[in-house]
Amino acid sequence: MNLSRKWLNAFVEDADITQISDKAFDEAMTLSGSKVEVTTAPGEEIRNVVVGKVVEIRRHENSDHMWICQLDIGKEAPVQIVTGAQNVKLGDVVPVAKHNSYLPGGVHITKGKLRGEKSEGMLCSLSELGLDIHDFPGAFEDGIFILSDDPELKDKLVPGEDVRPLLGLDDHVVEFEITPNRPDCLSVIGLAREVAATFDKPLKLHTPVVQELGKEELSSLLQVRVDAPELCPRYSSRMVRNVRIAPSPQWMRERLRMSGVRPINNIVDITNYVMLEYGQPMHAFDYRYVKGGKIIVRKAEDGETLTTLDGTVRKLTKDMLVIADETRAVGLAGIMGGENSEIVEDTVDVVFESANFDGTCIRRGALALGMRTEASAKFEKGLDPMNTVPALERACELVEMLGAGEVLPGMIDVENHSYEPYSLALRPEKINELLGTEIDVDTMCDILRKIGFGIDGETVTVPSWRGDVRHYSDLAEEVARFYGYNNLPTTLMRGETTRGGYTQEQLVENRLGTLCSGFGFDEILTYSFISPDYYDKIRWAADDPRRESFRILNPLGEDTSIMRTTTLPSMLEILSHNFNYRNRNVRLYELGRYYLPGGEDGLAQEKRCLSLGAYDETMDFYTLKGCICAILDDLRIGDVRFTACADNPSYHPGRCAYVFSGDTCLGVFGQIHPLVAQNYDMDTELYCAELSVEALFAVRGAQSEYVALPKYPAVMRDLALVCDESVTVGALEDCIKGASKSLLREIELFDIYRGPGIAEGKKSVAFSLILRADDRSLTAEEVDAEMATVLAALSEKLDAVLR
Amino acid sequence: MKEMLQKLREEFGVAIAQVQDAAELDSLRVKYLGKKGELTAILKQMGKLSAEERPVIGQLANQVRAEMDERITACSASLAEKELESRLKRETLDVTVPGKTPVIGHRHPINITVDEIKEIFIGMGFQVIDGPEIELASYNFDRLNAEEGHPSRDWSDTFYFDEDSRVMLRSQTSPMQVRAMESMDLPIRIVAPGRVYRKDEVDATHSPMFHQIEGMVIDKGITMADLKGTLNEVMKQLYGKDTVTRFRPHHFPFTEPSCEMDVQCHKCGGVGCPTCKGEGWIELLGAGMIHPKVLEMSGIDSEVYTGWAFGMGVERLAMRKFKIPDLRLIFENDVRFLEQF
Repeated sequence: MNLSRKWLNAFVEDADITQISDKAFDEAMTLSGSKVEVTTAPGEEIRNVVVGKVVEIRRHENSDHMWICQLDIGKEAPVQIVTGAQNVKLGDVVPVAKHNSYLPGGVHITKGKLRGEKSEGMLCSLSELGLDIHDFPGAFEDGIFILSDDPELKDKLVPGEDVRPLLGLDDHVVEFEITPNRPDCLSVIGLAREVAATFDKPLKLHTPVVQELGKEELSSLLQVRVDAPELCPRYSSRMVRNVRIAPSPQWMRERLRMSGVRPINNIVDITNYVMLEYGQPMHAFDYRYVKGGKIIVRKAEDGETLTTLDGTVRKLTKDMLVIADETRAVGLAGIMGGENSEIVEDTVDVVFESANFDGTCIRRGALALGMRTEASAKFEKGLDPMNTVPALERACELVEMLGAGEVLPGMIDVENHSYEPYSLALRPEKINELLGTEIDVDTMCDILRKIGFGIDGETVTVPSWRGDVRHYSDLAEEVARFYGYNNLPTTLMRGETTRGGYTQEQLVENRLGTLCSGFGFDEILTYSFISPDYYDKIRWAADDPRRESFRILNPLGEDTSIMRTTTLPSMLEILSHNFNYRNRNVRLYELGRYYLPGGEDGLAQEKRCLSLGAYDETMDFYTLKGCICAILDDLRIGDVRFTACADNPSYHPGRCAYVFSGDTCLGVFGQIHPLVAQNYDMDTELYCAELSVEALFAVRGAQSEYVALPKYPAVMRDLALVCDESVTVGALEDCIKGASKSLLREIELFDIYRGPGIAEGKKSVAFSLILRADDRSLTAEEVDAEMATVLAALSEKLDAVLR
Repeated sequence: MKEMLQKLREEFGVAIAQVQDAAELDSLRVKYLGKKGELTAILKQMGKLSAEERPVIGQLANQVRAEMDERITACSASLAEKELESRLKRETLDVTVPGKTPVIGHRHPINITVDEIKEIFIGMGFQVIDGPEIELASYNFDRLNAEEGHPSRDWSDTFYFDEDSRVMLRSQTSPMQVRAMESMDLPIRIVAPGRVYRKDEVDATHSPMFHQIEGMVIDKGITMADLKGTLNEVMKQLYGKDTVTRFRPHHFPFTEPSCEMDVQCHKCGGVGCPTCKGEGWIELLGAGMIHPKVLEMSGIDSEVYTGWAFGMGVERLAMRKFKIPDLRLIFENDVRFLEQF
């Protein structure tokens, strides 16, 4: 909402308000709840432009189109200015940009010579002053702005004076951010009320007076019928005959322009003026085109069309509300009028509409048609039904004031609402309890009275325009904002102490992040929604049940339309981005959610995944596996095993493994399938892991307890075995562990060899074994016996023999 | 003999001064003190001396021997020291050759910011909770007093999963207020960070997914003064003890009274500069006293209990903290970006 300070001053005439600086004004208003975005001064850019009278004019000798003018600018001697414009005559009064003057857009005017003749400035056109033909309807559009041709300006012209006050360019415009609970502040009067209360000065309201000079009976000419009463709580209407369409006066045009509304003609300007002043959208119809003299407020029919004032053909639906005559729609209620009943040059009779429409209906209609207008923006917030009549009266008063026509006596006022003033108890002690203050009752009452509340003993009556106030906490806010939020005390909470902190799950998650950082992985954050074709990119079969995803019905685009059921494609996207930028040694992790159908209340099961992804020379299968082992070790997860996974379509069939703790699958990891890498335009080996955070949490080990340090020395034996290629290291380890239950403490692979000395189809696998007993030093014989047992088992079960 | 000893002593003195290394020193030692050495040779002639001379010469001989021993030991030590020095010199490294740095990964700037705020609240007795992102509209809107018809419920603003607008992507972390009220015992002090979603096209300051932190306190006798006091304290911990804040009236459906909190621009001290867009203040968060209707809808007696809540956007905070100019960088996850934090 843009507020002209000059217009505001008509309602708050106190010098403390009219003289206050923009900065102080803006701050005071912001702190009392009307947030100021910015204040602008439209004439600010104009400097050193004055009124000048042409006292001599002659042709330029060296030019076929230029004129040399002598201008009286209030100095003893006139100044000479050369102009190329052809509309200047002797005696004209014009805006003169003197030497060293500034015009909108940062244009700097200095003196100079034009074909040998000195020119000490410039004569200005409308557009050079940032104005247009709507601001001064009688002016030349393509020539110098002849001030003395304007009937309203011609008697106020004093050579040498600043042109800005004359042209209304001395105003300041305050842009407010109005919260949706305060539609009443979408008006000059509403804001004036806030201003008056903020500065504790009187608000000067005006009650419109209509003389009703028309002769006919309104009811004989016009009837109003509301067929959709639930969507139209009130419809007030009056009629004006013998209208004389003309430009509206300068003061009205100025106020409209400062409010961001372009002046058109007196009748249209009046509707806009009243909308700005009262916050009540108005509409004017040409009576000629209201067939049968009947206005019907009804729902549109599906497929019905209406050409709106902007010339667009609108296709309507049955949820929309229209203003119609007996035959057709003549306007989209609360949004825009119809072209078929527009006020035009030869309009003679006008019907004014001042109505109240259902906010949601208007908002949805405007949204569906993609045409949010000034009027619909107001209606959608829910307006005060008690405001239609005063606004209508004001419009008719302005018609008479402007001599724009004859207002017929009487008014049609269809009311489908049952407004009763809302009252509630003040409860000052509760207000103080809520705010933490000790504000006395009188102060509270004073504040409430200033903003239009009625006080009767302990009872507060809420004004009709404050539908947002229904509870003592609402009153508390009103009191607090004029008492000053920054004057409220600041205290620290008392009461029962609470224990702050993380849940166990959060602690594990934090730990996982720390570990991944420790392994050199950078954390990433990716979108939770993905494109359905991401599942294709990771080679999931078309009928893979994991494709069953939460689908957003109104996504921004297809590529963010479903909630991911896996974090893998998100990771691959980011790897791909980094690969494209030739970033090296990329290691990434995300603690991301994925969303599976089948949660409670029709929601998702939101699962957490520790997703790892990496490429480049520092990464291979075993490095990634090592990182995973370190994580499992840190979480004290026991009974860990890795099993080959050849059937995950996203991974290399020979380089992928599941990781288990006991029977719980913790996740999958390995090299990404080259075809998947290709889908992401990467011709390198990619390694990824997907570990379930829930599973890791579930199988994490208990806190460790101290185990006595060994008292007796350990014995180390190396064991180099030869076995079939198909025998896995894991199988060998399991076999060794199984055979030496009591003495084996540690087993470590240190070599795998294939080549000369080892038969084709065989491999040599070498382990270091550490053996120890807790109660004695082992003898060589004991160790030999144990090793013999181990070797026997290896030979028997796996056909593995000592090399 | 006495002269011989004296002469020997002098010779030794000259010889040892010229010793260069351990081998020379050793041959010197053999020459003078060895079994066939010169001193030994002289001492062998002791028997020829008279009874009076013998103790005198004997003493002198012992003295010469002791002296020689001592000088040999000293020389040996100094040689060893020299030897060490020269070895260390040979071992000198070029300290400007790069070190072998263990690679440490980086936490995402958004989470660095979230962590910092969480820790401050934990220190004040707040529990960290989280909840679903795919949420019921009843939690996201109705139970927060944003009734049917509220503009933020529009399909143009919020992502929905069903035609009835029942299941949605939460547009704020505020439904966590309701979930906490439902599941926790009073008094409650929680913070709930998380992802939220709004139908905004991606640009330098918008993203359809971003992060918020919600906070809430419910107890008997909680006041707006407490809200101010607590949030001021948080800001002091976040931005330093001289941080100046201000509270402005605002509107949220689920708080009453409602406010927004600004911090005075640290760059210009409130005068107005490009950082604060000339306003002197930077908007940080929205807050307010929990609306009695919201408490009542969750079965909490608003005549007995009061509370306050706040919500703040993390991205804006992180962007200011790390001077990140464009929101898109945050979700692009380029390692050259990530490794700066």
